[in-house]
Order: sequence, then C-alpha cells, then structure tokens
Amino acid sequence: MSERVAVRKTYKLFIGGKFPRSESGRSYLVQSSNVSLASRKDARDAVVAARAAVKGWAGATAYNRGQILYRAAEMLEGRREQFVALGIPGDEVDAAVDRWVWYAGWADKLAQVYGGANPVAGPYFNISAPEPTGVVAVVAPESPALLGLVSVIAPAIVPGNTVVVAASPSEPLAAVTLAEVLATSDLPGGVVNILTGAITETAPTLAAHMDVNAIDLTGVTDAALATDLEVKAAENLKRVLRPAPADHDWSVVPGLDRMTALLETKTVWHPKGV
Amino acid sequence: MTATTTSARSELSELGRSETALRTFLHGLPGVDQVGAEQRAAQLGTRSIKTTAKAQAIDLAIRMVDLTTLEGADTPGKVRALAAKALRPDPADPSCPHVGAVCVYPAMVPYVAEVLRGSAVHLASVATAFPSGQAPLEIKLADTRAAVAAGADEIDMVINRGAFLAGRYKEVYDEIVATKEASGDAHLKVILETGELATYDNVRRASWLAMLAGGDFIKTSTGKVPIAATMPVSLVMLEAVRDFREATGRQVGVKPAGGIKTTKDAIKYLVMVNETVGPDWLDPDWFRFGASSLLNDLLMQRTKLTTGTYSGPDYFTLD
Repeated sequence: MSERVAVRKTYKLFIGGKFPRSESGRSYLVQSSNVSLASRKDARDAVVAARAAVKGWAGATAYNRGQILYRAAEMLEGRREQFVALGIPGDEVDAAVDRWVWYAGWADKLAQVYGGANPVAGPYFNISAPEPTGVVAVVAPESPALLGLVSVIAPAIVPGNTVVVAASPSEPLAAVTLAEVLATSDLPGGVVNILTGAITETAPTLAAHMDVNAIDLTGVTDAALATDLEVKAAENLKRVLRPAPADHDWSVVPGLDRMTALLETKTVWHPKGV
Repeated sequence: MTATTTSARSELSELGRSETALRTFLHGLPGVDQVGAEQRAAQLGTRSIKTTAKAQAIDLAIRMVDLTTLEGADTPGKVRALAAKALRPDPADPSCPHVGAVCVYPAMVPYVAEVLRGSAVHLASVATAFPSGQAPLEIKLADTRAAVAAGADEIDMVINRGAFLAGRYKEVYDEIVATKEASGDAHLKVILETGELATYDNVRRASWLAMLAGGDFIKTSTGKVPIAATMPVSLVMLEAVRDFREATGRQVGVKPAGGIKTTKDAIKYLVMVNETVGPDWLDPDWFRFGASSLLNDLLMQRTKLTTGTYSGPDYFTLD
C-alpha cells in the first residue's frame, strides 16, 4: 500500500455562485498557493452575474434576507478551524462571525430606522422607504483579511444590493474560503462575487462599468488610484464610498453608515380621505 | 458552366415532378456524421476574434440582424418603435449601421412599412400559418399574398413538418413552390423548424428540398419551440447551401433564428460561415440572424470597443 498523496486545493474566483478559473487562465503565487489572477473580462462577467441576481435578492423579503445571512454566519462558525489554519487569528474569526450576525439582524430593522412617515402640509400620507442601490463594487481592505472583508460585504448585501468584491491581493485565501462558506449557505448565486488578483486591473474596470451603481473604495490605499477611480465612477454618477484611511478600526461596532451609504430613498405620497 | 453541371442542373429541376424521384434523391444524400458535425461546430466556436476584427464582426452582425417581434401582444406602437430602432440601433452613435430587416406578423406589416419607407432596411413578414404551418394551403397562400400586398419584401414561410415527417416530400415541395409563386418578387425564406425534425439527416434533406423548390433562404427555426438554432444544425445547413451552389450554380442564404443572444454566439456563427462556405456568404444578403435580444448585446459590445468602458442594459431600449 503506497502512502496517500494529499489533494492540493486550487483557489479560484467566485462568480454567479460558481468557482471558475480566470477567463485569462492566469494565476499568481501568494500565501504559498496558486490563486487566480482576475482579468477585465472576469470583472465584466461578475457584474453581469451580480446584475442578474439583483431582482431576486432585492425582491426577497427583508426577513428572508436576514435568515439567509444568519445561515451564512452558522456556516462561517463551522469553518472556524479552516480559517485558523490559513493563519487568521481565532479572535478575528470570532469577531467576523459576530460582525456578520450583527449585520444580519439589521436586515428587517433598517427600514424602520432609516425610513418612516413624514409630516407634510397637506392631506397626504407621506412615506419614505429605503431601497437598495443595485450592483455595488467593493475594493476590500488589504487586512485584516477576514474581518475586513466581512465588514465590507455584509453591510452592502444586507439592504438588498449585490456585490462584486476585489479581494485583498496579498491575503486572498480568506476571501476564497469565505466564498465557499457563502456558496453553502442558501445565498443565491451572484449576490456575492469575489475576484482575486491585482486591484489595479479589476478596480478601474469596475469603476468605469456603466452597469455598476456604487463603488466602495475602502481597500484602495494609493491616493492617486482612488482619485482616478472616483473620476471613472463619476461617468454614470455612481455612489462612491471613500472613508478616510484613519477610520479603519475594524474592531469597534460599525454603525449604520456603510449600509445607508448604499441605499436610495423612495418617497410615496398617498392622498388621505376625510 | 461545364456540360456535367448543366445536365445535373436540369436533372435536379426534374426532381419535383414525382414523389419517387424526390424520395430517391433526398434519401440518397450522404448521411450526416452526428459526432463529427457536433465536434466540428464546437471547434469552430473556439476561434479568438479580437480588436479590429471583432469591431468588423460586430458591425457585420448588426447589419445581418433580422430584428424580430412575433408576439400575440404586438401592437402598432411596439412595431413602430422596433422599426425606428432598426433604422438607427444606437442613436448615440451615427456610425452604427442599420440592421438587415425587421420581421413581424402580417397584420403588423403596414405599420412597419410606414417607418421603413425609403430606407435600405428590408421588411420581412412571417406567413403560411406561422408558426405551426397547420392550415389549408389556400389560407397559407392568402396569408402570403396579404403580407406582400401590405409591403413585405421578404416572406418567412414555415414548411409543413407534418407532411415532411410523414415522408410526403412532394406535398412539402409543392407548397414551397406555390408560396414562392404567391410571394412574387419578395424574397422567400423557408423555415425548416429543425427542432422538430429530430435528426441531422432530416435537416440536410429538408434543406435540399427547400432549395430545390426555389427558396431564396433557408432558416432554422420559428423560435416558438424549445430547441431553436444550434451550431451543428447551422453547420449542416451551410454545407447544404455550399453543395447546392456547386451542383446548380444558384446561391441560397442561411438564417439561424432563435437562441442567439450574445455577441460571442454571433461571432461564432460568422466564423462558421467563413470557414464552411467562405466570404461569399459574409453579407446581409446571404446570411442573417433572426433575433431580438442579440442586438442590444451587440450594441453594448460595440460601445465597449469605441469608448473603452463596459456599458449596461440601462442605456439601450427594451423591446
């Protein structure tokens, strides 16, 4: 009997609920593994998948979205050891699970807090309700690899947006493993899409893409690149989230800003009888 | 033209006279190697077409689109809007070519004719009890005449699949001949509805039958059955038109219809045309795409090539 040979894992992209290799066939060596190097076309395909998922995800009831996100947190908890094996501190994994649960709880509470009835001078019911922006491109922070990633993905998808995430180029394994968590947790394919590789290659494509509605530049550390991305994003008036670098203390309770930055408000006037 | 071709041509024109002669000829056609055809079609789909070649392919594909709406819910307003789009598919870019034709039901032809008058865009109408073809011959012919009288210059007829599958080839042949006569100067496209023909051998026989009977174009599908145009079926049909021109000297066009939705698909077809029948067919007069959603994807890809940024469906009309 010969000795067993271990099966090595291939780290691939996560697009539309599937794990394809990069269309370009390229990969790069990082964290002692070969990881797909996403191309412009992969970014385009991810946007198409994210757009296709908007209708179902935004149309699901807030309660249902919350339940699915709780389920994702359960799966994340179950894979704790796997993340630890990737070199992520146990505390950070716990914090990531707690962060995910914290955001999941907001799914069916955001509308009460952020929307509501407006007093108006006339015989009308006037109601404002938050609605998702649509497809959101996210440049994830370089580190902490898992907590930072969860802290940018969860607030975007809780209100009903779908995301295309450019993962941390130096620590992408946590992102691909998180994709495996999401793929096994009832989250519809295409709601979260994860691209690994160079930010300089994927982010400009996403920023210029006319079918992307918002972009989160949290993970862009190069000020010149961030400005360039903002200029590109202006073409179709994308919502741009560019927090000051000093704000990134991921351990504190985040507040609602990240969710509300990716919302539109719909106001309805309804005539009131006597 | 050599003497053999001339005699072959007269022989072929005699075939329609008897059921037996037609059957002997059609069943004498070489069988299609199913695995080979599918493999060849798949292989042709792997060619890489980039940059300037892609730009040319996209413009050619736009010119080849038969912009189609065949719904019970079609209204005069909807078909007028579609005709306007056919003339100027991308209003933001004057260099974008117009499409090949607009394809509608006979009742909608007059409204489209108003918009297209004086333009180079053709007006196609389905006829002969589309999509089933299950109506008496007089009704089918009246349908055809009405469409031509209303202004259609291309007629998309359906063959009688019931008769074809039952082996009554002469009946199918005679119907095509009669429809060709009823359509007068209008171009006749013969829809084989390959999704209902079951085998590639039948596709090859139906292609030859349609060409022998005088069809100007052979078209894969109505778009109303689950299996529409596929690459292997189109390959078999392209081979048939190639062989037919070799035997008779007459060139017949091909129109795959239904299920072609992306630029990538369209370019695969163009590659197949070029490598199967050659550049003679790379022209809107000889090759068309029956499609509706394909056009928006072509326009989005065209915008990507001209502006460098990916566009989205928000910027093009919903048809």
